[in-house]
Amino acid sequence: MSNSTQTPVESNAKYRTDTASDGQTEPLTAGVGEDVVLELDDLQKSYGSEPVVEGLSLSVREGEILTLLGPSGCGKTTTLRLIAGLERPNGGAVRLNGRSVSGSTFVPPEERGVGVVFQEFALFPHLTARENIAFGLKDRPKDEVDQRVDELLELVDLAGQGDSYPDQLSGGQQQRVALARSLAPEPEILLLDEPFSNLDVDLRVEMREEVRQIIKETGVTAISVTHDQEEALSISDRVAVMNDGEIEQVGDPEGVFQHPESRFVAAFLGYASFIPGYVSGNVVETDLGTVPRDQIHGLAPEYDRTRVDLLVRPDDVSVRRLDCEGVEACGNVVTRRYLGPTFLYEVELDTGESVQCMHNHDENIPGSGPVGLELDADHELAWFPREQRPEDDARYSD
Amino acid sequence: MATEHRTSADDDADEETQLPLGISIAAAAVSAAVLLPILWLVKTGLDVGFSEAIALLTRPTTLEVFVNTAVLVTLTTAACVLIGVPLAYLTVRTNLPFRRFWTIVVSLPLVIPSYVGAFAFVSAFGPQGSFQRLLAPLGVEKIPEIYGLEGSILILTLYTYPYVYITARASLKSMDTTLIDAARTLEHDRWETFKRVTLPQIRPAVAAGALLSGLYVLADFGTPSIMRYDVFTRVIFVEFGTFGRDTATLLSLQLVAVTLFILWLEARVRGEERTTAGGRSRGVVSLGKWRYLAMGFAALVAGLALVVPVVILLSWLGTASTAVNQSLAFQWSYVTNSVVVAAAAAAVAVVAGLPVAYLSARYDGLLPTAFERVSYIGYAVPGVVLGLALVFFGSQYATPIYQTLYLLVFAYVIRFLPQSVGSLRASFLSVDPALPEAARTLGRTSVGAFRYVTLPLVAPGLFGGAALVFLTTMKELPATLLLRPSGFTTLVTHIWTAYESGYFGQAAVPALVLLFVSGLSMLVILRQEGYDVK
Repeated sequence: MSNSTQTPVESNAKYRTDTASDGQTEPLTAGVGEDVVLELDDLQKSYGSEPVVEGLSLSVREGEILTLLGPSGCGKTTTLRLIAGLERPNGGAVRLNGRSVSGSTFVPPEERGVGVVFQEFALFPHLTARENIAFGLKDRPKDEVDQRVDELLELVDLAGQGDSYPDQLSGGQQQRVALARSLAPEPEILLLDEPFSNLDVDLRVEMREEVRQIIKETGVTAISVTHDQEEALSISDRVAVMNDGEIEQVGDPEGVFQHPESRFVAAFLGYASFIPGYVSGNVVETDLGTVPRDQIHGLAPEYDRTRVDLLVRPDDVSVRRLDCEGVEACGNVVTRRYLGPTFLYEVELDTGESVQCMHNHDENIPGSGPVGLELDADHELAWFPREQRPEDDARYSD
Repeated sequence: MATEHRTSADDDADEETQLPLGISIAAAAVSAAVLLPILWLVKTGLDVGFSEAIALLTRPTTLEVFVNTAVLVTLTTAACVLIGVPLAYLTVRTNLPFRRFWTIVVSLPLVIPSYVGAFAFVSAFGPQGSFQRLLAPLGVEKIPEIYGLEGSILILTLYTYPYVYITARASLKSMDTTLIDAARTLEHDRWETFKRVTLPQIRPAVAAGALLSGLYVLADFGTPSIMRYDVFTRVIFVEFGTFGRDTATLLSLQLVAVTLFILWLEARVRGEERTTAGGRSRGVVSLGKWRYLAMGFAALVAGLALVVPVVILLSWLGTASTAVNQSLAFQWSYVTNSVVVAAAAAAVAVVAGLPVAYLSARYDGLLPTAFERVSYIGYAVPGVVLGLALVFFGSQYATPIYQTLYLLVFAYVIRFLPQSVGSLRASFLSVDPALPEAARTLGRTSVGAFRYVTLPLVAPGLFGGAALVFLTTMKELPATLLLRPSGFTTLVTHIWTAYESGYFGQAAVPALVLLFVSGLSMLVILRQEGYDVK
């Protein structure tokens, strides 16, 4: 996803009748309190003349796990470093528990009470696991430190590994030590920078669950940063999708996935095709057939008799037959991609539009030739006004 | 160091150029101190007056010195490449008998300071030398002259080819041999493959090694002096001794210009490098019956460079007791003198190198780069030139420290600062910047993070750099001769006095002590470079 995907989306919410995910009105997840722990207010950061974070605002509530999700270069890691005090903003403010820490005054990282799990863990190579965990516990009596370290080793299930040096630990164990070390001084907020990117795929899935459980157990408020949508959707209470230094959408994972407020969010989370349609009375007429208006999520009356695009995921479209007789939509298979359990087909419709559909690997559909398609979604579809469509829409089809 | 994070966010000038103030001032001070003598030399040169300067520089003798130097540097560097590259190839790629033994042995000549080598060779092969005395019963009355260009080339090649050997070897070892396999499958024979694939890959490394050899030859004072061959360093020293101050100054500036030219040349060669390192390295070229000839080559080089001087020194040791000149007798205070100044130089060089290395490793931008480049000036200023500049400066403007150890140590620090900066910079670069950041988020100030995280991690590089400076300082000859306080004798100056007064035997003990010390410096270098003997 390149930077050029920036679309004129200022605020999609304003033309919707229903804004499902504005982040303030949804029901609270278990363990999430009412108090705002962290507040970012119009935060700005640029390197030289290159803006990296542009007017970013966000609040995070106590006990919540929020993930900043976006492609590389979108400014998410910079945002994290601004919160930690490892970078200074060019404008805007960071408030921790109501106290301004970046803005009119600058509080250095050591006085902020933030814990950070770094991307490559940043374990001190010259210290053992115990010493790493104890590093942030200075000015305390020795037996208190020992007790706290024991507690944390227990928490991250490494009771027997305290005297190992980082290079004697596996990737997963290093990850746990890093987590324990950042939790040891009981930070007000925990920041995780691409915490799983350094691990093997298998281990990554396992550690996600474990880390979420540990964070919930300690009740700490956490912000993590990732470009991996699956990771974001699985560990977070809320997801903030970032693009080009701005937040495009904040909400719970299901809401963001099912009701993306911008084409960027729709395309970044999973495969997406945008099918042109015309709103006509109780239906929307599309190249894939007529869709009842009820099935379109929050289509406002003022969009009657206008052109819109419907967001169609590959599992919303099926191949009905291998010819064009008696179907509403007909096209030719252009490519077939093997994804393991399924095939992803790219079909060029007779109208010239392109759409993706997905089928089980055992259904025998050839990699080329005519197909008859049908839209068979059993949920509401998201839509976007047609005038938003960028000139070059090819990139949205993948 | 702690203060820069406390300033308010309002004065946020471009953060990237926002260098820590205290460290920057320290680095700037080091740079200024390093530049001082060379600037002073330029000023002295400008004082000479234009027409006079032209007259001095175009004298036939000056031109002769220039040509002599150019010939010596060119031929010696070429000879180093011709010896160093084949030896590297033989020890990395072929089934040379006793390969690991030769790998170490042919790099050992670095341990012998070239003036000790020259001294021993003159004693062995000079007129009335031990070699000639050995041959006298056979009726040999005269052997080929060792003095002059030939002798200088021989000695300097024997003791500087290891620079080419070591860099070429490292590059050959890291080269991906599948490239060679690929060339072979594309219908190239071994020699074509070497020319079209291997050579281009190792060329930057060979150039770097040749640069080190060339700079060493250009700056070396002892060897040409002993070989009585007039190059810049020797003539500068002689002119200075005979109060030809203007000539010495102008020749020094000329020598610095030549050095800078060579550095520029090397930078251009290196700029075009397109090499891949890493990858697999396997497969040995079978030499067949040539392997014993190859071994003979390695043995000849090592024998000349190592066995001759060691045998000569040991034979002197036997005759030393019979020499009667008491004023030249060896005293242990020479060793302690050498150790004291070298230790002081090492300590100061590391302290001075810290801010420069830290800034250049951690920050981008003009200033950090400039500070680092300036610190390398010691490479471009031969010891005799540096000594001369400091004599002028000290005798006129710094009389309180002139003829004291302070000025001598200052000279050593300038000369060998590149070693400490290089070593420290590499260590700082190897510390993940996230580590001090992690310490900050765990409640340490920036000073605390440096003290408890960065410093322990760079400690090996710090000691390595200090050890290198210490050991090279022990061997330094020309600046020591020019700047030592009167009556202060070190191992090196004692060897020199023995040579000048012709009592060769008196040089045996200090020379052997120096060889031992140099051997230690070799060990440090090998440990730092991770020199892999296999």
